[in-house]
Amino acid sequence: MNRRLSFALLVFVMTMSLAAHAQKSQAPADPELQKIKTPPLPEFHPQIPKRIVLPNGMVLLLQEDHELPLVDGIMRVRGGARLEPAAKVGLVDIYGDVWRTGGTRDKTGDQLDDFLEARAAKVETDGNVDSTTISFSCLKPDFDDVFKVFLDVLEHPAFREDKIALSQYQLNTEIARRNDDIDQIARRVATQLAYGPTNPYARFPEYATVAAVTRDDLVEWHHEYVHPNNIIFGVVGDFDSKAMEARIREAFGSWPKGPEAPRPEIAFHPEKPQMYFVPKEDVNQSDIQMVSLGIERNNPDYFAVEVMNYAFGAGFSSRLIKDLRTAKGLAYSVGGGIGSTFDHRGIFRLGMGTKSATTAEGIAGLKQELQKLIDDPPKDDELRMAKETILNAFIFNFDSKEKVLREQMSYEYYGYPLDFLERYHAGIEKTTAADIARVAKKYIHPEQFATLVVGNPEEIGNQLKSQGPVAKWDITIPPPPGEGKSPAGSQSK
Amino acid sequence: MKIPLRRFLPALLLVLIVIPAFGQQLDVAAFEKRITVKKLDNGLTLVVMQRPEAPVFSFYTIVDAGSAQDPLGATGLAHMFEHMAFKGTTGIGTRDWPAEKAALEKVEETYAAYRAERYKPVGHDDAKVKQLEEAWKEAIAEAQRYVVPNEFDELLESNGGRGVNAFTNWDETAYHYSLPANRVQLWAYLESERFLHPVMREFYKERDVVVEERRMRTDSQPIGRLVEQFLGGSFATYPYHRPTIGYYSDLYYFSATDAKAFFDQYYVPSNMVVAIVGDVNPAEIIPLAEKYFGRLPTRPQPAPVHTAEPPQRSEREVQLRETAQPFYLEGYHRPNYRDPDDAVYDAITDLMSNGRTSRLFRALVRDQKIAAEAEGFTGFPGTKYEHLFAFDAVPLPGHTPEEMRKAIHAEIEKLKTTDVTDEELKMVKTRAKANLIRGLADNAGMAFQLGLYQLRYGDWRELFYSVDRIDKVSKEDIRRIANKTFSPTNRTVGIIETIAGSHPQGEKEQ
Repeated sequence: MNRRLSFALLVFVMTMSLAAHAQKSQAPADPELQKIKTPPLPEFHPQIPKRIVLPNGMVLLLQEDHELPLVDGIMRVRGGARLEPAAKVGLVDIYGDVWRTGGTRDKTGDQLDDFLEARAAKVETDGNVDSTTISFSCLKPDFDDVFKVFLDVLEHPAFREDKIALSQYQLNTEIARRNDDIDQIARRVATQLAYGPTNPYARFPEYATVAAVTRDDLVEWHHEYVHPNNIIFGVVGDFDSKAMEARIREAFGSWPKGPEAPRPEIAFHPEKPQMYFVPKEDVNQSDIQMVSLGIERNNPDYFAVEVMNYAFGAGFSSRLIKDLRTAKGLAYSVGGGIGSTFDHRGIFRLGMGTKSATTAEGIAGLKQELQKLIDDPPKDDELRMAKETILNAFIFNFDSKEKVLREQMSYEYYGYPLDFLERYHAGIEKTTAADIARVAKKYIHPEQFATLVVGNPEEIGNQLKSQGPVAKWDITIPPPPGEGKSPAGSQSK
Repeated sequence: MKIPLRRFLPALLLVLIVIPAFGQQLDVAAFEKRITVKKLDNGLTLVVMQRPEAPVFSFYTIVDAGSAQDPLGATGLAHMFEHMAFKGTTGIGTRDWPAEKAALEKVEETYAAYRAERYKPVGHDDAKVKQLEEAWKEAIAEAQRYVVPNEFDELLESNGGRGVNAFTNWDETAYHYSLPANRVQLWAYLESERFLHPVMREFYKERDVVVEERRMRTDSQPIGRLVEQFLGGSFATYPYHRPTIGYYSDLYYFSATDAKAFFDQYYVPSNMVVAIVGDVNPAEIIPLAEKYFGRLPTRPQPAPVHTAEPPQRSEREVQLRETAQPFYLEGYHRPNYRDPDDAVYDAITDLMSNGRTSRLFRALVRDQKIAAEAEGFTGFPGTKYEHLFAFDAVPLPGHTPEEMRKAIHAEIEKLKTTDVTDEELKMVKTRAKANLIRGLADNAGMAFQLGLYQLRYGDWRELFYSVDRIDKVSKEDIRRIANKTFSPTNRTVGIIETIAGSHPQGEKEQ
C-alpha cells in the first residue's frame, strides 16, 4: 500500500468537500461574510514515517524532520498499570519513575541527571495505564552521547533503593493530597462509579499498596515486559533514516524475542445507577458528574458517535455550552460525550461545576440534555456544523511530522489499520441524521447513569432530596499500614 | 504531581520558561528573512513569521492591558471584556441589529437605575430595588429575543478553528486560535471585526459565568485561596494586589457600559500587537491586515501605570488555616522586566527549579526528604511592573511549612555567600539555548512569544537577544542579586496550615 498516495487522495477529497460546505454553510446576518474568499486548501502530503520491523519483532518508525537540529525518540512498551496486582497498585507508577531515576549498573540516576542536563538533553521513563515508555530528546550534535545513555537505561536499569523510597514518598504525598482538590475527587469517584471501584482502570494507589511494592517487583516487571517484540520505537528529528536504521539495527539486532505481553480481558461492573454524594465543606461550587459506560474506538458506530459528541458537548458551539453556560449562566465549565478508547470501553461522562444553590438545577439541566439527545437528535444545521467542525479542522491531525508519528504509533500499538485517519474522515463525512438518531437511541440510556455530586452539604441543603435515594460515597483515605489513623490532616468523614 | 503554584498561572509559565535564549545553531539573521513587521497607519503592529511546514497558521492578538488596568471598584473588568469579545459583533450574533441595539440600551438604563437604588446608603427602599430589578430583567429578556447565541464561536469552529480561546492576566489580554491556511481572509475580517464592532451582548448572564469561574479557580481551591490572600498581602498599591478574576462585590456591580468604556480606553490600535505564524505570506497578509485591521480607529494611547510599590519595610505573613494539606510560599519584591538584571533572575530561576539537578529539588526533595516538590521562580504574578521572585514547596506527609521555610532559606543563604559552580552556570546557559530551539516548532507558541516581545520591547528580536543577556550572567551577578533581593524585610510569606475539623475559609458571597 502506498501511504503517500492515499493521503494525497484524502486531502484532495477533503478540499473538495470544504468548498462545497462553504457554499451552503454561511447564511448569517453579516453580508460581509459572503464576500470572504476561501480558496481550496493547498494540496498537502503528510510525510508518513518509514516503518521497519526488526527480525526480533520490534517495530521501528522513523520520521525525518530537518526543520530544527533536534532528535527525539520514544519507545512504547506493552504492559501497564492495568496488569499490576491489586495489592500493589502504584507499582507501575513507581517503576515508571525509578527505571530512570534509579540509574544503571555503572551510573547512578543523579550522575545521569548531571550528564544529560549539561547537554540540555532528556532521557525519561514513565508508567501509564496500558504501557510504559522510555524516551529521549537532544540536540543533534549530542545524539551519540544521549543515545548511549538511553540504551544503558533500557538495558541495565539498577532500580536503586533510595530512589524507590523517593518515589514512594512522592506517591504518598499525592495520596495525602487527593481530597484537597474538588475536581480531582469528582473525576476519581466518577471513574470508580462508571467502571466499578475494583476495576483496573479505576484503581488508585493507597499507602498500603505503595508500601507493598519492592525492588524485586520492579526488576521482575522489567524482565517480564521489556522485550523487543513488545516494543514500538518512534524516532523523529534531524537525522538520515538510513544511518539511523543502521544505528538501531546495530543496537538491537542481537536482542532476542521474549514472551508476549498478555492482552487483558477486563470486565466492567458499574456501580448502581443512582445519586451519590461526597461532602466537601471548603467549596462554594458543586462538581456534578454523570457517568455510564462508553464505547471502544473500533466500534463501527464510532464516527457517528463522534459527530454526536461534537454537537452535544464538545466546544463552544455545542448544546451543553449553549444551553447551560450561555443561556442559563449556570456554569463556567460544562461538557460531555460518549468517551472511547482504543482497546476498551471509555466513559460516557457529563460534567459541570455550578454554585451550590443551583446544584439541583444543574443536574436537571444535564438530564434534560441527555433526554433531548434521544428525542431531538442533532440534524440539519447542527449536524452540518458538527461535521464541518471536525472536517475543516482535520488538517490539525497531521500538521506536524511529530503528530503524524504519534498517530501512527498509536495505530500500531493498538492494532488499528494504519490508515485509520482516512477511515475516520470518510466515516465522519458520510454520517447522516439517521445515523445520529440511531446511535443516540442505541447508546444513551438515562436510567443507566450514576450521578455524583461533590459539594458543600450546608450550602446545598436539601436539594438532592428530590433525586431519589442518595448514597454517601466514602473518600476517607485508609491509613498507612501499622498506623491507627491517617497522617496529619488527611480528611476523614 | 504537577507543580502546584505555576499551574495556576499557565500564561505566566510560558513567559517564564521559554523566555531564555538562543543558540549557536541558529541566529537572528536566519529569522530576519522569515519575520516581517508592519506597523499600520492607525498604530497597530503586525508580526508575520513564515513557517510553511503545513497549510495552517496560528495567531495571538495581544492587548497591552490586563487586570492591572481594572478601574477602582471594578476588579475583574478586563477579564469580563475578554469574555464579551466572543459574543459577536453588530453583524454576527444578531437577528436584527437596530432593534437589538435599542433593547441593549434599555438594559443599561434599567440596570443603572437598579444599581443606583441598590447601593443607596440613605433612603434605600427594598421594594423599589425589587421593582427596578424586575424592570432590568424584563429588559434583558427583551434583548435576548434578538440574539443568535454563540454565532461567533460557531463560525470559528465550523471553519476549522482549533484552540479558540483567550486569557487575561495582570499584564495583558490575549486572544488566539489556529485555522487552516485558506482561511486568512476570514480570520482578518473576524479578528478585526470583534474589536471594531464589539457588542456587549448577554453581558449579565456571562457575568454569572465568570462568577462560576471565580468559584472554580479561587474559592474552591486551597491554593487559589492562598494566592489571592498572598498577593493582597504582598503589594500595597497598584498593580498586582488585586485578583484578575475580580471580587464578588465588583463582579455583581459593574455594567456592560463599564466594560465598553474599558474597551474604548485600552483597546487602542497602538496598544495592540497581532502576531501570526505558519503557512502565511506577508505579501498576502499585510494588504489584508491593512484592509481589515486598518479600519480600527486611532485613539489616544492610555496613560501607563505610574504608581510604584513603596519599599517593603517589614516582613509580612498570611496564614490560612485549612482542612487541606500544608503548603509554603514566599515572595521577594524585584524590579520590572526592563531591569538590567532581568536575565540574572531568569538564571536563578533555572538554577533553583529546573528538574532533578536543581538546587531546591536536590536539597528539599532528594537529600532532606521533607518535600515532594520545591521551586523558586521569577515573574510572579506578572513581569510588567515590579513583581516577586517566589519560592514554594509541597511538604511530604508529616512535614510542616516551617521546615520548608528553613530549608529554602538555607538554600538562599548559599546563593548569597557561595559562588555557583562553573558546571551549574554552563548548564543554565545551555538549557536556555535549547529551550528556545525547542519552542520554535510550535506556531501558537511562537506567535505568542514574538507578539509579546514586540509589545514589551518594541522589537521581536529581543526574544533572541535575551541569549546574550543570559550568556553574560556571571557568578558575581548571581550573588549580587541574591543579596540585593532575598532579604527578610523584603519578604512576604503565605502558608496553608492544616487544621483538624471541617471549617472552611472560603469567601462567602453577598
